[in-house]
Amino acid sequence: MAKVLLKGNEAVVRAAIEAGCKYFFGYPITPQNEIPEYFSKELPKIGGAFVQGESEVASINMLYGAAAAGARAMTSSSSPGIALMQEGIGYISKAELPAVIVNMMRGGPGLGGIQPSQSDYHMCVKGGANGDYHNIVLAPGNVQELVDMVQEAFDIADQYGMLVIVLADGLIGQMMEPVELRKPKARPIEPKTWALTGPNGGKPHRIYNLKLQAPDLEQDNIDLFKKYEVIEKNETRYEDYMMDDAEFAFASYGTASRVVRTAVDKLRAEGYKIGLIRPQTLWPFPYEAFKRPNIKKYLDVELSMGQMIDDVAIACGDKNMIEFFGHTGGVLITVDEVCDFAKKIMGGAK
Amino acid sequence: MSVVFERSKGLVDVKTHYCPGCSHGIVHRILAESLEEMGLLDEAICMSPVGCAVLALDYFEFDGIQAAHGRAPATATGIKRVHPDKTVITYQGDGDLASIGMCEIIHAAARGEKITTIFINNGIYGMTGGQMAPTTLPGMKATTAQLGRDVSLNGYPIRVAELISTLDGAKYVERVAVCSPAEVNKAKAAIKKALEVQKAGLGFSFVEVLCACPTNWGKTPVDALDFVKNEMIPYYPLGVKKDTTKEGQ
Repeated sequence: MAKVLLKGNEAVVRAAIEAGCKYFFGYPITPQNEIPEYFSKELPKIGGAFVQGESEVASINMLYGAAAAGARAMTSSSSPGIALMQEGIGYISKAELPAVIVNMMRGGPGLGGIQPSQSDYHMCVKGGANGDYHNIVLAPGNVQELVDMVQEAFDIADQYGMLVIVLADGLIGQMMEPVELRKPKARPIEPKTWALTGPNGGKPHRIYNLKLQAPDLEQDNIDLFKKYEVIEKNETRYEDYMMDDAEFAFASYGTASRVVRTAVDKLRAEGYKIGLIRPQTLWPFPYEAFKRPNIKKYLDVELSMGQMIDDVAIACGDKNMIEFFGHTGGVLITVDEVCDFAKKIMGGAK
Repeated sequence: MSVVFERSKGLVDVKTHYCPGCSHGIVHRILAESLEEMGLLDEAICMSPVGCAVLALDYFEFDGIQAAHGRAPATATGIKRVHPDKTVITYQGDGDLASIGMCEIIHAAARGEKITTIFINNGIYGMTGGQMAPTTLPGMKATTAQLGRDVSLNGYPIRVAELISTLDGAKYVERVAVCSPAEVNKAKAAIKKALEVQKAGLGFSFVEVLCACPTNWGKTPVDALDFVKNEMIPYYPLGVKKDTTKEGQ
């Protein structure tokens, strides 16, 4: 298929429809409004439905219903909206329903700002709802990867009965890049025999969220975490860049990692042995990627006050091996800033 | 021997967890009977709320899902948009629907979602232990209004059926009570009418059912029925609040 020039937010819609998503529920919030706007135009054409929810709270609960009904469905929002969705995220996670959320992150906390940020790492990767649960979190680094991940998110959600969050930011949402819609790899996906369709002459389908007996709820959570172990084993993903002979390694994802990648090229041209480890899944986190005996320091670069840094510390086992640089609140990092930061850490070590 | 009465095929043959004198059992039964008599059991999907009826899905022989507190109309919207040909019902109490879920019910009604809501109004939070509800009557005691609801502090009860009836998307709205056999029959007729409106694709339909909660009211089952009759009905008048079907025009 030929490449088309698409804005990140529009690309989400194209990719989702390509993946068979027919239902979208969402509430306006900057910087992701092109997603609901484009869906509202496209979904009626394919016999699906677009509903502008009265709130993010309602939208996520509509998604809970559509997922329970067996459909491929999604919502999208940006940081404060995702905060409002946490209740429904917990319910979908408890019911183990397949569903997809796209979060085009902006600065916080509170109402925050509307410029790109990566400060929802804690909320989305560690979980902002109550209880023991995980969501699969995919972190695209450009619009092509956003398209690939949105498409794949629906398959991953169906394969495991999981809520998949595509965690991008306002920059990726607003940026235009040439992209290609590609078929993701085939996955084993069971028919949704549990879906709410009415009994149709068979037994009633029942989807629970309450377990009143503590030992039963404990067992549910143990079973849930057995499933999570399989996902950790199968789905953990990261990308190495210039890591073969590296003595220093950047740790960065999403938009920040693009700036870092250019910084790596610049530093390499000056003779520095530095590379980039870019997590593509944030849960499951690629802990194995940070066990490298040759690395002297990990340089964590984020558009936040440093939220992924805890996972990098767990991964490499020594928080003294990590240095942090970032901007937050919607301020972007520059290549020169990243190079200066790295040089300070590396000193004369070429 | 001829059978003169039997359990609806829409009900599972188990004991319920409801207290003696609780009205949920009656409303479950007339909902199940209505669906059965209309031939809808095989296509029915019902939202269980947060509250005493959270386990309702275990008592119904049709599909069910436990919705988040107050969000049943949103969850039902998601299901109905995916399966427009199915019968989708929300079964909600007064804390669920009229307090935390007021936003969701108003907007589902305003959108004219083709779903049916059964609204259980007993003026109290049951499951959490008798706290004040948005529908608790003035002067009525609750565990969070121990001297009785003081309207100067706690505001006034909400007449939800009347509120819903002002919305253009709501096509059938009625308030009934289940405090006597005659009223139970009327309640069942209202539920059937509401389901017909959904099946005809006209829009949102809503039946408010005045119910007894003897446990949290501190009354015997019989006294609780008298309370519905003598105290609740005067504040919450029964009857059709809106009927946009041909028969209602």
